[in-house]
Amino acid sequence: MKKAFPILALLTAVFLSYALYEALVVAPREQTMGDVQRIFYYHVPSAWTAFLLFAINFIASIQYLVRRNPKSDQIANWIVIAVGVLTSIGAYVIRPLPQDVYPSSIVTTALAIVGLYFLIKRLFSEQATDILALTTAEVGVVFCTVVLVTGPLWARPVWGIWWTWDVRLTSTLVLWLIYVSYLVLRRFSTSGQTPVLAAALAVFGALDVPLVYFSIWIFRTQHPQPVIGGGGSIDPRMLHVLLINWLAFLCFAFLVCWSRYQVERMQREVEETQALEALLEPGGNVR
Amino acid sequence: MTFLYTAYAATWAIHIAYLITVVRRYSRVKRETSQLKKRA
Repeated sequence: MKKAFPILALLTAVFLSYALYEALVVAPREQTMGDVQRIFYYHVPSAWTAFLLFAINFIASIQYLVRRNPKSDQIANWIVIAVGVLTSIGAYVIRPLPQDVYPSSIVTTALAIVGLYFLIKRLFSEQATDILALTTAEVGVVFCTVVLVTGPLWARPVWGIWWTWDVRLTSTLVLWLIYVSYLVLRRFSTSGQTPVLAAALAVFGALDVPLVYFSIWIFRTQHPQPVIGGGGSIDPRMLHVLLINWLAFLCFAFLVCWSRYQVERMQREVEETQALEALLEPGGNVR
Repeated sequence: MTFLYTAYAATWAIHIAYLITVVRRYSRVKRETSQLKKRA
């Protein structure tokens, strides 16, 4: 991966440039809003990427908490499988679902989360899940910041206001604040229990993600309706550009997360070595 | 068009600012690693 990184970085840069070209030139001009609608090609992919990163943070935090005890780890595995199965069945049984929410999209999301849970478990050790949680929270906050900045820049010319205390906007701001407080906790707490406390905060903080996502279905909001899997409709050419931009941002997010993960891993190794050094006298004896 | 360009510029300004913090952390860790190697 270390050798492939420059090539992947170059490919991602080319992909992002192509996505930018698609957003500014290829995508058709929206009739009502005009060119300002093109903000959508950065706003929506950033939101989806932030949600995905917070979901990974949630799973990594749960694993960090449960893998400390083999029994709780096993129980958690069965709970995850049970939640996946029950959600999939419930999506077709429970009625009414919010308007325009398809059971198939609920099943896909549930199965993807279950798959992600076991993939992370297979790829990361207990300590590595803590680093993964920190990394994804940090990069997720960056993407969420982009959402909160580009949203008002679209709203001002379209709605005539920068901000309104609408459910979608407010819950997104709360989500951002929760993860900023998570990062502040990790940065400034000196307690040895910090990773556990941060993981617990992340598990509860992640509950805001579905609220943000489903708020436009459940509540009457000023925010536009969803363009995929919901009541809104979108020109196929616009959808194509949107998906290209999302894919480009996903590649970018992966590279940033990987870099940040490696830096954090190196930092922890240095800190461990420094702590060991501090314990040893110059002659090599333990103090 | 001003709002559109501002939004795109702001997006990249945020990402670049974060990338700078990652690079600075990497430089610091690298410096600390080389100091540890010198002492060893």
